[in-house]
Amino acid sequence: MVTTSLSEPAAEPNAEAIAAELGTVDAPVIATRRWRLAAFTRDRAALVASIFLLIVCAAAVLAPWISPYDPNVASGQLRFAPPLTPGHILGTDEQGRDMLSRLLWGGRISLLVGLVPVALASAAGLVLGLVAGYAGGIIDQLIMRTLDVLFAFPMVLLAIAIAGVLTPGISTEIIAIAVVLIPYVGRLARTATLGVVAMPFIEAARAAGASRTALLARYITPNVLPPLLVYATTLIGLMIVVGSGLSFLGLGVQPPTADWGSMVSEGREVLATAPFVTLLPGLVIVVVSLAFNFIGDGLRDALDPRSARR
Amino acid sequence: MLRSYLGKRLAAILPVLFGVSVIIFLLMHLAPGDVTTVLLGPQATEQDRVALRHTLGLDQPLPVQYGRWLERTAEGDFGTSIATSLPVTALILPRFVNTIILTVASLFLAVLIGYSAGLFAALRARSWFDRSMMTVTLIFGSTPPFWLGLLLVLLFALKLQWLPVSGMIDMAGDGGVLDTLHHLVLPAVTTALAPAAIIARMVRSSILESLGRPHVLVARAKGLRRRDLLRRHVVLNALPPIMTITGLQLGYLLGGALFSEVVFAWPGLGSLLYSSITARDMPVVQAATLLIALTFVLVNILVDLVNVLIDPRLQES
Amino acid sequence: MANVAVAVAEVVLEVADLCTDFAVGRQTIRVVDRVSFSLRRGQTTAIVGESGSGKTVTALSLLQLIEPPGRISGGTIRYRGRDLRPLDETAMQQVRGARIGMVFQDPLSSLNPSLRIGTQIAETLLAHERISSAEAERRAVELLVRVGVPDAAARARDYPHHFSGGMRQRVLIAMAIACNPEIIIADEPTTALDVTVQAKILRLLHDLQQAMGASLLMITHDLGVVAALADEVVVMYAGRVVERADVDRLFHAPLHPYTRALLDCAIGLDDDRSTPLTPIPGAPPDLRRRPAGCQFAPRCPVAIAKCHRLDPPLLPMNPGQDVACFVAQGDADG
Repeated sequence: MVTTSLSEPAAEPNAEAIAAELGTVDAPVIATRRWRLAAFTRDRAALVASIFLLIVCAAAVLAPWISPYDPNVASGQLRFAPPLTPGHILGTDEQGRDMLSRLLWGGRISLLVGLVPVALASAAGLVLGLVAGYAGGIIDQLIMRTLDVLFAFPMVLLAIAIAGVLTPGISTEIIAIAVVLIPYVGRLARTATLGVVAMPFIEAARAAGASRTALLARYITPNVLPPLLVYATTLIGLMIVVGSGLSFLGLGVQPPTADWGSMVSEGREVLATAPFVTLLPGLVIVVVSLAFNFIGDGLRDALDPRSARR
Repeated sequence: MLRSYLGKRLAAILPVLFGVSVIIFLLMHLAPGDVTTVLLGPQATEQDRVALRHTLGLDQPLPVQYGRWLERTAEGDFGTSIATSLPVTALILPRFVNTIILTVASLFLAVLIGYSAGLFAALRARSWFDRSMMTVTLIFGSTPPFWLGLLLVLLFALKLQWLPVSGMIDMAGDGGVLDTLHHLVLPAVTTALAPAAIIARMVRSSILESLGRPHVLVARAKGLRRRDLLRRHVVLNALPPIMTITGLQLGYLLGGALFSEVVFAWPGLGSLLYSSITARDMPVVQAATLLIALTFVLVNILVDLVNVLIDPRLQES
Repeated sequence: MANVAVAVAEVVLEVADLCTDFAVGRQTIRVVDRVSFSLRRGQTTAIVGESGSGKTVTALSLLQLIEPPGRISGGTIRYRGRDLRPLDETAMQQVRGARIGMVFQDPLSSLNPSLRIGTQIAETLLAHERISSAEAERRAVELLVRVGVPDAAARARDYPHHFSGGMRQRVLIAMAIACNPEIIIADEPTTALDVTVQAKILRLLHDLQQAMGASLLMITHDLGVVAALADEVVVMYAGRVVERADVDRLFHAPLHPYTRALLDCAIGLDDDRSTPLTPIPGAPPDLRRRPAGCQFAPRCPVAIAKCHRLDPPLLPMNPGQDVACFVAQGDADG
């Protein structure tokens, strides 16, 4: 017989879908659940993705030292040098700037735009979700109804509206993405909190005289964190795509500085003559986002053995 | 009973709509820069500016401004576009229709692809087809729509020259519906692929979950034919989560449509929103955002309603 | 009440050496192991055993409702002399619900929450008979009346969540008997119900069976149910039949040590037995690591050396009583 739990599918590359899915997982975690690092490392896709991302992150961090050229200055006479040109392994763009250098430097921004908003939104969403789920009643209502308002906007459009109305730039982009993520993380954190609060060990801890703060800090939060972490990991992948979209529209980092999204945008002008200028940064976005999805999958399977059957 | 449910649902969105209007209103006031500078140009005197502010009601306290704005908006008056000096309503409605055309086409594609791929993957769970389908959907879900659009342009418009690069109709003249469809293919596919991937994954998991429920075994024991069994006891029960995710995907579609509209120069609400943002044409930005949010909210209510029809238990919870 | 010995009743279903396996990882475990028994027209046969003894899988195997990783791997299931095993899915669909109806364990999850009660009953009829859906709906209401659902015409339009557990079980019974099957399989039909409701459901099943002249295969772990309804009893342990006997004989002269242990557990069933409640020491074997020989030997108070080496065959001991036990068979030369 088919015995597949609802949490079966791999991480969805979409916030609504992931939240919908994680939100339906009944009891989110049990207090005694351990990090199954072994299970995680057995997941070959997740392991390969982690190693790949480590390399990508290292390359981005080390860009000032390892990048062969200045990313924003034309290097020599070569424009549209195709990939594998000696000296420009990934070619040069329409201004003769080295693609590899631009990808390395662009990665610093693209990864930042993926990571920082998710971190900010996770922190805010965790607090809101914990408070709503634990306090219940009118506070819960107030928080959730406010988040409902943000849910009324399609995520990407709200981010575009916020980023577009404010002064364009990387900090605006980060704020815009963080704001639109808060309701998703908040709702997930609340669902997880409700699941944990309903568990017998919370009643036991309360009966044993644990204070409200102790309850939240030592019993509830540690159990809300794992599903949140899984969600956040997949969100990073998604936000790299969303962030690149904002940059593509010119609402993120401003030229001549580039990230992967604005590189795609710049390449658009020369799509017919030098398609690789567009294709390369887009490919990087897809692969990096995919890697975060695989890691999210691996983490979830490691945390929730029910979903590990494949 | 259904009518009272609908009433309750509609009543519940009133505060949401209020919140939406507040956010949109405040967002525009957060916008840096002075409207009077945009309207009068940098050479205007301070006196002129004060006078204009007074005429526009910008010297009033925020709540008063909000009240007036809301009143006008409720009447369908979104003001005048700063960039084009046209009434926003007149500017926005044809664009909205174009976006609906693109979105409906994309939704149709996404549902068609997503539902069939998901269903076949679930019925052949763990097969070769299932595994490759799940990998493909993961890749499509991670693909930026604007990049996918450019990829399709490169392949089908520039290299193969099968389909037009941009626009909604040919410049040469009115080609009728067929011409529009011809122009619609690439933007619709671009917008549809990521949602199709997500819908496929959701359909697969819902069908799998539904297949494992005890009542399916009971129905088999009744001797139902496979077709009836799947339709009435598996697919029907898997529909609510599928419908919900489809409704939510509409939000993703509207977002993705914006990129398609920009890439393919499709004259829709998204490309209007984008050009208005670039031109800092705030009344248009306001109206476009509000219209999109409203559409999104209404569609999700519609989805809830359909779900209640499918699973009557939902009505009572 | 039903234990009138009707030795001449015709055999409707004859199961011989039925085996059902489940693949767990790379291993194959045999959940039903060479099970044989038969159902006679108009009679009730009970399969008794602890949970995990393979009762439910046996029942599902009869209708070939086993899905991968499970598989029926051997034996014959003869319905009126014709083996059902070679039948394909389409042919089995014409048997399920029409010739053999099944009542399931958990009425709460056995009904489709999205379909009206009447529709779900009518579905069985429509699958097997050439009738209009209006006719099917009308007969569904009749069936509801027959299984004792009050205000049937109105209730047929309700959804399952408006029904209590007992009422849902009545609906499931209505579904199972809709096409007048010759065989009704009832898999722990009362386990999920309140004690007060249990007796009513059993009475209903019995009355319907009598009225229809159908054979009833009752899967249960409750010896009280067995005593009340069964004509013949099949005792299962770890997927194997250990004893098969007429109900009187089983209760008064059980031969297999496991049967005796089961009866000892069920205190107060029989007045002349004053043995106190004694739980069986030990636990049933892990099917992934079956012991050699008799599966009950590790827990058996009378096991001899041979029991740990060889499988005791199921052999007739008395008229109407078969047992698979070397000791009971008088074979002490282990």
